[in-house]
Amino acid sequence: MELDPDDIFRDEDDDPDNDFYEEPDLQMDFPTSDFLTFHRISRPDSGFDLGFFICQHWQEDDKDETHFHIALSCISQSLKTQIINRSYDEVAICFFNTREKKNLQDLNGIYVFNVADRDDIDRPTARLIKEFDLVEESFTKEIGSKYGIVSGSRENSLYNAIWVAQALLRKGSAKTADKRILLFTNEDDPFGSFKGASKIDMTKTTLQRAEDARGLGISIELLPLGRPEEEFNVSLFYAGLIGLEGDELAQFIPSAGQKLEDMKDQLRKRMFTKRIVRKINFSIANGLSIELDSYALIRPTVPVLFFELGNDFFSSEWYLSCPIDSMQTERSFFCADTGAVLQESTKRVQIYKNKTVKLSVDELSEIKRVAPGNLCLLGFKLLSCLKDYHNLRPSTFLFPSDEDIIGSTRLFIALHRSMLRLERFAVAFYGSTSRPQLVALVAQEEVIKGGGQVEPPGLHMIYLPYSDDIRDIEELHSDSNVAAPSANEEQIKKAAALMKRIDLKEFSVCQFANPALQRHYAVLQALALEEDEIPEIKDETVPDEEGMSRPGVVKSLEEFKLAVYGENYDEENDHEKASEASKKRKATAELAAKEAANYDWGELADNGKLKDLTVAELKYYLTAHNLPVAGKKEALISRILTHMGK
Amino acid sequence: MARNKEALLLLIDVGPSMHNVLPVIERVCSTLIEKKLIYGKYDEVGVVLFGTQDTKNELTNEVGGYEHVVVLRNLGVVDADILETLQPLPRGTCSGDFLDAIIVGMDMLIKKYGETNKGKKRLCLITNAQCPIKDPYEGTKEDQVTIIADQMTARGMRMESIAVRGRIGAEANQRVMEENDRLLNIFSKRTRAKLVHVESPISLFGALKTRNISPVTIFRGELEVSPKMKIKVWVYKKTSEEKIPTLKKYSDRAPPTDKFATHEVKVDYQYKRVEEPDSFVPPEQRIKGYRYGPQVVPISSAEWDAVKFKPEKGVKLLGFTDAGNILRHYYMKDVNIFIPEPGNTRAILAVSALARAMKEANKVAIVRCVWRQGQGNVVVGVLTPNISDRENIPDSFYFNVLPFAEDVREFQFPSFSNFPASWQPTEQQQEVTDNFVQMFDLALPGKEEALLPDLTPNPVLERFYRSLEMKSNNPDAAVPPLDETLKKITEADPELLSHNNSALDEFRRAFELKENPKLKKSARRLLREKPSGSNEREEHALIPVQSANHNTNEATSSLKIEKVGDITPVQDFEAMISRRDSPIWVDKAIMNMKNKIFDLVEDSYNGDNYPKAVECLVALRKACILEQEPKQFNDFLRYLCKFCKEKKLGSFHDFLASKELTLITKTEAADSEVTEDEARSFVVKSEPM
Repeated sequence: MELDPDDIFRDEDDDPDNDFYEEPDLQMDFPTSDFLTFHRISRPDSGFDLGFFICQHWQEDDKDETHFHIALSCISQSLKTQIINRSYDEVAICFFNTREKKNLQDLNGIYVFNVADRDDIDRPTARLIKEFDLVEESFTKEIGSKYGIVSGSRENSLYNAIWVAQALLRKGSAKTADKRILLFTNEDDPFGSFKGASKIDMTKTTLQRAEDARGLGISIELLPLGRPEEEFNVSLFYAGLIGLEGDELAQFIPSAGQKLEDMKDQLRKRMFTKRIVRKINFSIANGLSIELDSYALIRPTVPVLFFELGNDFFSSEWYLSCPIDSMQTERSFFCADTGAVLQESTKRVQIYKNKTVKLSVDELSEIKRVAPGNLCLLGFKLLSCLKDYHNLRPSTFLFPSDEDIIGSTRLFIALHRSMLRLERFAVAFYGSTSRPQLVALVAQEEVIKGGGQVEPPGLHMIYLPYSDDIRDIEELHSDSNVAAPSANEEQIKKAAALMKRIDLKEFSVCQFANPALQRHYAVLQALALEEDEIPEIKDETVPDEEGMSRPGVVKSLEEFKLAVYGENYDEENDHEKASEASKKRKATAELAAKEAANYDWGELADNGKLKDLTVAELKYYLTAHNLPVAGKKEALISRILTHMGK
Repeated sequence: MARNKEALLLLIDVGPSMHNVLPVIERVCSTLIEKKLIYGKYDEVGVVLFGTQDTKNELTNEVGGYEHVVVLRNLGVVDADILETLQPLPRGTCSGDFLDAIIVGMDMLIKKYGETNKGKKRLCLITNAQCPIKDPYEGTKEDQVTIIADQMTARGMRMESIAVRGRIGAEANQRVMEENDRLLNIFSKRTRAKLVHVESPISLFGALKTRNISPVTIFRGELEVSPKMKIKVWVYKKTSEEKIPTLKKYSDRAPPTDKFATHEVKVDYQYKRVEEPDSFVPPEQRIKGYRYGPQVVPISSAEWDAVKFKPEKGVKLLGFTDAGNILRHYYMKDVNIFIPEPGNTRAILAVSALARAMKEANKVAIVRCVWRQGQGNVVVGVLTPNISDRENIPDSFYFNVLPFAEDVREFQFPSFSNFPASWQPTEQQQEVTDNFVQMFDLALPGKEEALLPDLTPNPVLERFYRSLEMKSNNPDAAVPPLDETLKKITEADPELLSHNNSALDEFRRAFELKENPKLKKSARRLLREKPSGSNEREEHALIPVQSANHNTNEATSSLKIEKVGDITPVQDFEAMISRRDSPIWVDKAIMNMKNKIFDLVEDSYNGDNYPKAVECLVALRKACILEQEPKQFNDFLRYLCKFCKEKKLGSFHDFLASKELTLITKTEAADSEVTEDEARSFVVKSEPM
């Protein structure tokens, strides 16, 4: 009677209907660890992407070498991106038409490239990328190439390659993993040297092989490398292999070229699985409530700091072979009085009225529980009531679900439409356990650009500040009896003219990559792969100096400046006024330098007499040498010693 | 500490027309004092009441007049006694003159501090300003107020006036109120004063700033429009989340006799290799490691400093764009404000010209900011104009951080138009919803905008400080319930609901919602199976589903049970049936359980397994009711009885009957075809065996 838990998945490999190729699933499902947990890395339990690069090596001639180089660098680039973006995806690399053979099936002409401590198909590692980058140099010696498919021989290395790929891609179910074969080749007619029946036969068996692979949910993508004078003719053979028909055929070559380019410069950006953060019960009015799912669409991405490690572990190359799982961190609590190890303590204290007031963790969470944990509608307001300063944290996206409560979606759509039409947002109370607060629910219409969804339809939950969180900065300086003139018509006109000149027409919020993060990834890559140079990162966020120096812009800038600052605007004058503080600083520095000259610092340091000086005296040295003067006396002394190199 | 010491005088109108709001004033003033006891222990506070029967102030002794003004507490360092003087506030019987109270307050501040403590002297006036102030001996009321306001400026005092109006203000003479408003407005114009009108207890609560924070700039420097055109600006935080204080962990290990025990808890992190659990990495040997694929790459901080991204300090304009290009939900963080350098007329004009031009054309500016030298990242954000409506306040910009390309997750969602027709609202439903959205309005013209963030206090903070105060007096005090006034922030306003009853009813009738019967998954089960003793509210607790950290999810639910075992069959079964990763688990669990029960009965020797079998049966029965699978249970029970009859295991029947275990009836599960009578007779019928 016992059901095998795997039973339900068992048959799908043989299921002829399960044809992934018909509906290529480009929206891949990548598991990632939660970016908030620094100390523990979760294992993938759902889908992952299995990639398989097949790369043909060609006959030795100069022109083809270039093709091989293009293919290799393309794979290398895409591995370097993948290890950051979707490091749980698995990958294998295989060459065909090789002299040497290395594969489980022991087929001729097939070489599966791999490094130590790694399965043939596995997550990419630093070592894999590093050694792959060197493969080109040693290729002739180690692997070598041999054109496998020649008439008279029964070998069919293309057929073998797909077979090997298919065997490796058996890993993981087609339901949870997106399986792809990327095939790089510059030979548009692999069986060109065959004649008659044997050609038909070879073609037929190879196509059948590819067809079988697709039947198992593996998609095959072709990345052809054409020669300028002789275009890659996809219709000769490969159209059948990758299943192109009709119109697709005409569009194939241009799109394949684009794909190759895209692989090379993809943004390093960690990918996150689409995941429901919470299921939220949205109570609308007396007992009427619907079901919503919340998603985090916008969250700051930070480098994943794993933990701090003992540096003695790094004496060798261990990290290239030591996976994360072999490290763990332990947190322990000690009683400061007795030194006893404590379990997680549940008592908290606050000094209040000179008394130590104790509160338990449970009491604290009870205090925070001011409302039932759902989202409760309070009413609607016009969108103009939502001010620009009514913001605290990144918003959360809400989308309806009919999973538990049927009719939720219908009600949601109606509300969504009404709010858009009437230009209102909803005010609601969100009773989360960490910070219960007022939220604004702003309806967002679906936006589709270039065939892709740019903004999904739904509600954005914006966390509103309380009065305690808002500061009256505007009034802070209102007693400085200076009138606060507002600009006149002329000045506003000049400002408007300037604005027109420097208008970012196509601006979209996420057009800039974070230069600090990109730099971090580049440094990480350089260190992991022991590259000599850190790849240059372009900072896209700097102003467009060229654009700013166009005559039109310069002219309107000058006019605006003249309008608001007047003719006799003198920057020097302005500077002087502001630099009173810096003058003072300069004077102190001069004094310090003079005073510092009165001591023989080297001797004082050698005899350990620095501690006999006063803090003020120590600061002479620090100020004179432009060092920070903060800290206790010991800190100052050690800073001086460090500076003297002692 | 002492540098930021604030001197605060509360001027509270306790006249008859104020009586209904005094309880709220007591609470908000208490919160203010409670916060000061933590954050501003050296601040000085005094309380002046007006509208009282009595008169008690120094001015009346010295020069006469100033009747019905009572100094309840002289200026002094904040202490717990103030809380007692505030609760309750004495109720007054006369109409108060707020100007008298202001003068008494100013006099107290001047006498105590003279010229010192500039800018830290604060007056808080809470009144409904419904009673006319006395005519001065010479000049007009306006002249008098102007002189006082100028004095305030000269002495470096600030004033906040909270005028209670509208729903909670009593009926009053319109003319007097208008005059008083005009007079109070003179203060705002001539000195550093703020006037807030409040119409609800919530906004009265929120109007008083209960925590005094001296703002500091996060940037002073130039907003660089181009290398040749720069504007001097100061940047402050406009919003910043006020949290409850971070409490220290407490250790009770020290012996009670130890008077010098710190009771502190120290935390230590240790890093170990799994293979060598005894290894320990001393702190000085630790360096940071970052993930790279499945491995960790170590980077020492020195190495990192040498190569990290080092942008130059400065704020640079990238350009302007249509406000419509920046959707509201892209704002990432708390908000900053750019104000022109104080006192710098050119900067004020430049900011004003830009802000007003942006406002007119509905444009925003995109800027790149590095606030400090040595900051390791840049921030790209949007400046939106903030046009001032007061003469002594210059125009400014609000600044919101925008996401980078890496921060946006491009999840795809279905279009609403792709949903089945049964999910689309009908025209009639849409109409009803439109009406509902329109009627359920929180910001009606002519009335105070309800729940304006600027005037809505954080209920958790109030509750925390009140708990702290209660605990300090009685360590065993329970957490007090949420203040009734503040509870209204968390729920829909009953008044608003009853006003729009018809629209609401129509709306509710238009939509039919029902629980999905097909899906009987742990979501609902988890709710129902909460321990019955737990707080009622927990019943509505959020169900974290697939929480961001799926690690925890697995750990907490530990639902990886795949079969019903021998040792804890009931627990296994319950865990299995709650599994949500696939709908097959319900059927599988039931099937497994049936087999288990069967085995138990069959393998039983002299009925030794019967109690366990019945335990399992009870669990199965309960689950079948919950999962609405009564037939599964009923068929099984019948089959089991038949089996026992054949195998002459009658004793099991008797055991069942003694436990009153029977078929699931129609009343328990709608899908059942068994009536109550049938169920009752099922047990009885079996008995003769």
